Amino acid sequence: MTDIAAALPRMSRAARRPAILGGLAVLLAIAFVAALSTGAVPIPFTDVLRALAGMEMDSRTAAIIQSIRLPRALLAVIAGMALAGAGAAFQGLFRNALADPSLIGVSGGAALGAVFVIVLGSFLVGILPFLASPWLLPLAAFAGGLAATFAIQGLAQLQGHAATATLLLAGIAINALTGALTGLLVYVSNDTQLRDFTFWSMGSLASGGWRAVTAAALPILLALGIILSRARALDAMLLGEREALHLGVQVQRLKHVIMVAAALAVSSAVAFCGIIAFVGVVVPHVVRLLAGPDHRIVLPGSMLAGATLLLVADSFARVIVAPAELPIGLVTAAIGSPFFLWLLIRNRRAA
Amino acid sequence: MRTRTISFTVSLAVMGFAFAAPLHAEGERIVSVGGSTTEIVYALGAGDRLVGADTTSIYPAAADALPDVGYVRQLSAEGLLSLSPDLILAGGEAGPEVALSQTEAAGVRIVKLKEGYTPESVQAHIEAAGIALSRESEAETVNAAFREDIAQVLADVEKLENKPRVLFLLQAGRGGLLVAGDQTAAHAMIELAGGENATAGFTGYKPFSPEAATEAAPDILLVTDQTVEMLGGTEALLSDPALAATPAGESKRIVSMDALYLAGFGPRLAHAVRDLAAALHPEADIAPLPARPWTDME
Repeated sequence: MTDIAAALPRMSRAARRPAILGGLAVLLAIAFVAALSTGAVPIPFTDVLRALAGMEMDSRTAAIIQSIRLPRALLAVIAGMALAGAGAAFQGLFRNALADPSLIGVSGGAALGAVFVIVLGSFLVGILPFLASPWLLPLAAFAGGLAATFAIQGLAQLQGHAATATLLLAGIAINALTGALTGLLVYVSNDTQLRDFTFWSMGSLASGGWRAVTAAALPILLALGIILSRARALDAMLLGEREALHLGVQVQRLKHVIMVAAALAVSSAVAFCGIIAFVGVVVPHVVRLLAGPDHRIVLPGSMLAGATLLLVADSFARVIVAPAELPIGLVTAAIGSPFFLWLLIRNRRAA
Repeated sequence: MRTRTISFTVSLAVMGFAFAAPLHAEGERIVSVGGSTTEIVYALGAGDRLVGADTTSIYPAAADALPDVGYVRQLSAEGLLSLSPDLILAGGEAGPEVALSQTEAAGVRIVKLKEGYTPESVQAHIEAAGIALSRESEAETVNAAFREDIAQVLADVEKLENKPRVLFLLQAGRGGLLVAGDQTAAHAMIELAGGENATAGFTGYKPFSPEAATEAAPDILLVTDQTVEMLGGTEALLSDPALAATPAGESKRIVSMDALYLAGFGPRLAHAVRDLAAALHPEADIAPLPARPWTDME
C-alpha cells in the first residue's frame, strides 16, 4: 500500500486512474476469494473451487459454499459498494468531509422502520395476517429510509429551491423526530425485541441468502450507475455551486438525483444488513487520500474499497468468535479506524 | 473465559411441542439452543452428546463450558455446521429463520419446541426431546417424577388461604421498572405458587411508572438474582421511594430467585414452584421436594 501511494504522485493523471482502480479491483478479488475460503467450517481451497464450479462433492460442503458463503459474500460486495459509493457522492455534493446519507435521514428512517416491525410486527400480523413474511422487516426499513429522505427534500424545497443549509437543518429535525419515535418504540419493547433491535443496529450479513442478494442487487446497481454517471458534475460542484452552475451543471437537478440515488442504494443495503457504521464516511476519505479529489476515481474507487472492507470485516466477524458471530458494524469500525488514523497522520506529516 | 449474558425472557422461550421424526442414533452430536432445552438434554442423560449450546444455556455448569453458538436469536448457520451436529434441539425463540433453514438445507435435523408456560408444556417438551434424542424411557422417568413433584406442590398450594399480591420486576433501577402482565412466565409462576400478580390485566412485559407501582400495592416484590446483582443488593430496590411506599416496601418483603430457575419452565419447574411458594407463604408449611438428579446437577 505504501509503495503504491508513494509511486502515485510521480505518475501522470491519466495513468493514475487505471492504476488505482485496477489495484483496488485486485484487492477486491483477493478479498472475495478469501471470504469464500474462510469460515467456521474448515474447507480446503480446492473444495471451495470445486463447489463453485458445481462439481460433484460432499453435499454439506457444497451447501456451505453455494448457499451460505457465496450469497453472503455477494451481499457484502453490493452493500459495501452502496454504502461507500453513496457516501462518496454525498461528500462531493455537500463539499463536506463529514457528509453521509444519514444527514438526509436514511439510516434514521430505516431504523424507525425496522424497530416498528420488530416491536409491533406480531401485533400487525395479528390484525393483517397477509403481512406475515420475512420481507416485512427489510421492506419497512427500506420504506423508512426513503420516506425520511423525501420528507427532508420536500421540506427543503418549500422555499422553491433546495438550499444546502435548509436541507441540513431539515435533516437534523427529521433525524430528531425519527430518533424520538425509535426511542418510543424501544421504550415499549420487551427484552427480546430490544436485543433484536440492538443487533440489527450493529449490522449483520447473516440474512444474505440468495433472495436477499437478488432483491438488493437491482436497486443498488441502478442507483450506483446513476451516481457514477454524475462524476463530472460532482467535480464541478467542488468549485462551488455558483461556479458549477456557470459550468453548465443543473445544480438543483443534480442534488435531487444524487440524493434519491444515494437514498435508494443505502436503504436497500440497510434493509438487508442493518446499520453498518463507518463504511460510508471513511472509505471515500481513504480513497481521496490515496487518489485525490477526482470523482471519476473517488466514486468507483470508493465502491471497490467499500466492498473490500465489508468482505474482510465479514470474514473476521464469521471466525473470531466461532461458532458464534460478531455484528459486522463492530468489525468494520475496529478494522477501519486504526487504518484511517494511520493514513491521516502519515498524510499530515507528509504535507 | 466466556461471559454469558443471561437474557431472562429468552429462558422463558424454551417451551413447547415438537415435531420429531425419530431417527435413532446413540452417537448423535447435538447442539441445544435455549436454557431449559439444554436442561432437558442433561436431565435425559444425553449431556455428553452435546457439542454446543447457546449463551442462555447456563445450567448445569457443564453446559456453560460447551462451545458457544451465540445468542439464541443470533445464530450463525456456518457456526452451527462447524460443530458437525446431527441434531439441533431448538427452543421457540431460536433464530434467525435464515440461519436455521440454511442449516437444515445442509442436512442437519432440526427439532423445534414451541413456547408454553404450564406444567403440561414442560412434560410435552420432555417427551418431545425424549423422542428426538431416542431417550423415550428416560423421558418417561423424568416426567413421572415431575408429575409426582408438581402434584405435591400444587396440592400444598391449594390448601393456602391467602394470596399475596406479587409485583414481579423484570427490570428495576436506571432503566425504569419493567413488570410482568398476562401470558408471561413470571405471571404463570406467581399463580402456580399461590400468589396474585399485582400487575395482571395486560399482555407481556411493560414499563411501569413508579406511581403505578405504588398503586398496584404489592405485598411482595419478586425479582431475579441477576437484577439484584446488577443493582448491588436488595436495599437498592427500596431506595426507589415508589417501591418503598408499597406494602412490600414497608415490610421489606423481597423475594429473589435465579432467572432461569424462576422462569425457565424446564425440568426444575416443580422445585422452583415449591421454593417460590415457600418464599411467598413463610407462614405455611410447604414440604420440600425430594432432590432429583436434574435438580441437583453441578
